[in-house]
Amino acid sequence: MSTVLTRVLSRATHVVGSLVSRVRSRLGGSSPAGAGRSASGWLSVTVLTEPAALEGAALPAPLAELGDRIDVRLRPAPGDRGTELSARLRSGAPRGSAGSRLSGSDPEADLRSALRRAKQLLEVGEVLAVDPAPHGRRSATPGGTLLESWTKAAPKAGVR
Amino acid sequence: MRAVTWRGVNEIGVEDVPDPSILNGHDIIVEVGLSATCGSDLHLVGGYIPAMRAGDVLGHEFMGTVVETGPDVTRHQVGDRVVVVSFTSCGQCWYCRQGLFSLCDNGNPNPGITEALWGQAIGGCYGYSHAMGGWAGSHARYIRVPYADQGAFAIPDGVSDQRALFASDAAPTGWTGAHQAGVQAGDVVAVWGAGGVGQMAARAAMLMGAERVVVIDRIANRLEQVRTHVGAEVLDYEQTDVPAELRELTGGRGPDVCIEAVGMEAHSPGPQHLYDQVKQQLRLQTDRPTAVREAIYACRKGGTVFTLGVFGGVVDKFPLGAVMNKALTLRGAQQHGHRYIPEILDRMSRDEVRTEHLATHVMSLEDGPRGYRMFKEKEDGCVRAVFVPGT
Repeated sequence: MSTVLTRVLSRATHVVGSLVSRVRSRLGGSSPAGAGRSASGWLSVTVLTEPAALEGAALPAPLAELGDRIDVRLRPAPGDRGTELSARLRSGAPRGSAGSRLSGSDPEADLRSALRRAKQLLEVGEVLAVDPAPHGRRSATPGGTLLESWTKAAPKAGVR
Repeated sequence: MRAVTWRGVNEIGVEDVPDPSILNGHDIIVEVGLSATCGSDLHLVGGYIPAMRAGDVLGHEFMGTVVETGPDVTRHQVGDRVVVVSFTSCGQCWYCRQGLFSLCDNGNPNPGITEALWGQAIGGCYGYSHAMGGWAGSHARYIRVPYADQGAFAIPDGVSDQRALFASDAAPTGWTGAHQAGVQAGDVVAVWGAGGVGQMAARAAMLMGAERVVVIDRIANRLEQVRTHVGAEVLDYEQTDVPAELRELTGGRGPDVCIEAVGMEAHSPGPQHLYDQVKQQLRLQTDRPTAVREAIYACRKGGTVFTLGVFGGVVDKFPLGAVMNKALTLRGAQQHGHRYIPEILDRMSRDEVRTEHLATHVMSLEDGPRGYRMFKEKEDGCVRAVFVPGT
């Protein structure tokens, strides 16, 4: 794929993400300045395991690979829901726009993906793979190419 | 291998696709014996769920034979005859441990899409768009099944392929609706939609002790199937005033539990249908909630309305006032089949659940486009077109 086309698709994915964000905002999701981010900047997943199983243990590989770029926090989840595993970028980089988060192109995209993969490793012992999935002939349509672009970004994208 | 694929809006193809392979340790490969069309597929076919790519393999309701197992699979061996639940769920996260398998945190490899749409991602589903994980579907000779120890179930001897097939999706979806709606002994239950899921919701409600179960539709052969194979009462909404009839048969109260098994392309005979269709086509709403509205109006005070049909986005003219003032409980879910399939297979083996009649048209994969056309247009009384990949 040419660089120009890649840029166009990346931009288009970003625009779709922004539109979804605006629709969600209009539908009732509050959207003050800094929408979608907590004041502390932590991204979190809840893992169904006791905090004691994580404290003192090596970080799961996806988070360990981020090295000293991140801080990690563990907190027991209420009601026997396991452990709240949180991480944030040490750089304090400004959070990306809602559109960039939904299209997986924001500064926290890799961290979001790492948290999800870490959770899978801790709970299931493997990171679920879907590709290569069998499929037939792909038509070269703008809509299809845009969807492919968003699908590729989806493991890193999100609203958290 | 050959596969039935989505080629575009209202365009179904049959083409060669690569065979699947084991990608994770908990995978198995299943040689598909039977694979059914489902009413929810029609939302994909019609373009109402815009996350399909040309070439995507359709199908999520299937049974077959295990032909390969990953190194971490413990419950299945090559040669096992299995039915597979349509949702991909890990079985290990908090939601799965609560029995809410379709809410699995880990079963959708593309969580960013549904997280953007709904706030949180749910599990994945075979052959049901890239928003639901991008999994290849079952209308093919072979399919990869992740989390196989959780999602594949051995079929008891004595249960036919054609009966077991519907333990994959239609029956457990029906069970999910009746159970999660809290059907209890003595309840009057109304079910909107006499397709496979509606019929199974009605059967589940009967087996859970409902005093009366009424199924609402307009298609004569489906209503006849309800009477004959499910044993529930029926109402034809083109011949009767449904809320009035439901009030009459409940002594003015209204049904205790109302289960909507229609989904985003609901039909009704009045001007409401035209209104909803125009708004949907103009993309001013994504879904037509006709049956949900009627269920809310019909439900008794303090009763439960359950949305079991598939909805994707937003609806218009939603009677929230009735929900609030009548103190209704409004619930919904995709199927949590992992928790219900063992019971369903057991009941199938005891002849308490019969589903063969749903497979009105059994055909080769090569007839995929014809099967979907017949199913969509309800030609020749088609309730479900079922494909046999091995023929």
